[in-house]
Amino acid sequence: MLKIDDLNVYYGSIHAVKGVSFEVEEGEIVTLIGANGAGKSTTLNTVAGLLKPHSGSIEFEGEDLVGTPAHKMVRKGIALCPEGRRIFQDMSVQENLEMGAFTRSDQESREMRERVYESFPRLKERRRQAGGTLSGGEQQMLAMGRALMCKPKLMMLDEPSMGLAPLLVREIFDIIKELNEQGTTILLVEQNASMALSIADRAYVLETGRVSMSGNANDLLHDKRVREAYLGG
Amino acid sequence: MGFLTNLINGISLGSVYAIIALGYTMVYGIAKMLNFAHGDVIMVGGYVCFFAMGSLGLPPLVAVLLAVIACTCLGIVVERLAYKPLREAPSLAVLITAIGVSYFLQNSALLLWGADPKAFASVVPFPSLTLFDGQLTISSVTIVTVLAAAAIMVVLTLFTTKTKMGKAMRACSEDKGAAQLMGINVNSTISMVFAIGSGLAAIAGVLLCSAYPTLVPTTGSMPGIKAFTAAVLGGIGSIPGAALGGVLLGVIEIFAKAYIGTQLADAIVFAVLIVVLLIRPAGLLGKEIREKV
Repeated sequence: MLKIDDLNVYYGSIHAVKGVSFEVEEGEIVTLIGANGAGKSTTLNTVAGLLKPHSGSIEFEGEDLVGTPAHKMVRKGIALCPEGRRIFQDMSVQENLEMGAFTRSDQESREMRERVYESFPRLKERRRQAGGTLSGGEQQMLAMGRALMCKPKLMMLDEPSMGLAPLLVREIFDIIKELNEQGTTILLVEQNASMALSIADRAYVLETGRVSMSGNANDLLHDKRVREAYLGG
Repeated sequence: MGFLTNLINGISLGSVYAIIALGYTMVYGIAKMLNFAHGDVIMVGGYVCFFAMGSLGLPPLVAVLLAVIACTCLGIVVERLAYKPLREAPSLAVLITAIGVSYFLQNSALLLWGADPKAFASVVPFPSLTLFDGQLTISSVTIVTVLAAAAIMVVLTLFTTKTKMGKAMRACSEDKGAAQLMGINVNSTISMVFAIGSGLAAIAGVLLCSAYPTLVPTTGSMPGIKAFTAAVLGGIGSIPGAALGGVLLGVIEIFAKAYIGTQLADAIVFAVLIVVLLIRPAGLLGKEIREKV
């Protein structure tokens, strides 16, 4: 479904992503793990169209999408739930969701909203509240719900566990698993490698801008080098 | 009755400031830039209306409409040519460009229409309203100005809270990156807000010239600065803040002229701004800006 080949991205003069290649098949959960600064978020932001790659190709459903601006990526079926959630703080929960369905008709927007409220009942309770008044966990749910509103084929999640209590992290990952079972393909970036590997089908390990290892998530979870480097032994 | 007359004149002038300030504040809210050429769009609106009524002999309402269309286009073109290439540039570069655009518009007007003041005919050709046995006279322009400002304020509030495009504008004003991820085209949203702001400036221009009927190429600069002050006073980025700031500023200015002195009026207006900013740095209705850590 998504095929990244030899992607190079610069942040000013910093070569943040150095020849990264990976693939996501329809129906999979694929995770990119790695330390802070490994280039995981840069990769996602580039796929989403927020950053322009220096070279390399981004192929989605057979179409080359390099140079497509972010606002058009959504129409192609790629949604990004960004790092730090980036909820519209002054807009209500419901308005945040409506913005998620910006590219959809009002009818579709209403239908999706009901489905998101079914998946996240807590958002429904708080629908009139300003986004900025929600707790961290609720904001993560809102960010995920908002990304779902455009009915993405591929949903990319950047550090969904960031800053959340362990119990909430469990809940968020259960939801990601559930979304995948309902048919959304997932590309997940995480520092919490054990959690990510436990729900993913396949994984790529990024190290200073390069893919250093890849394979079946379960195998990597038990790999000695991965355990030492990312799972605390 | 003197007090009441002054109050009404103040509210009327303040309503013009409010309409201009709404444009300032909306552009600032979305594009995060101070468009110092905004005041000169007012002057262009005035001239377009003047020639449409005078040379072309069009009825006032059509002339006003023509001015609005002309200024809307002008706003879009200026944004496209002057500001869009500077989207990633430091804000100082944008600010200086805006001042440059301001001079460009003033001198173009000077070249096209000359320095002689034009006597603007009111676009509201109705008789004044006389109350209390002739002790209080309210001109029809005053009434129309106040009503127009109120209507614009209500329509803009409804637009930003009820429509999809209006909400998308608020989303852009909060976080452009996140807005793009929703599928919102940030560039066309910025274009739209310039169009709205400039269209409002045209309305402010014809109302201002109807009340103070001398039109010269620098007609827009002082009202532009006052409206900017009003937007800051009310809290820049806030729609109700711009309206409140505008009306307050108008009333203060007229009272200062009536009771303290014409020469000191402007100084007093700006002194009020300084005092308010010392007490409430974000303006009267502005939000405290939380620094992200």
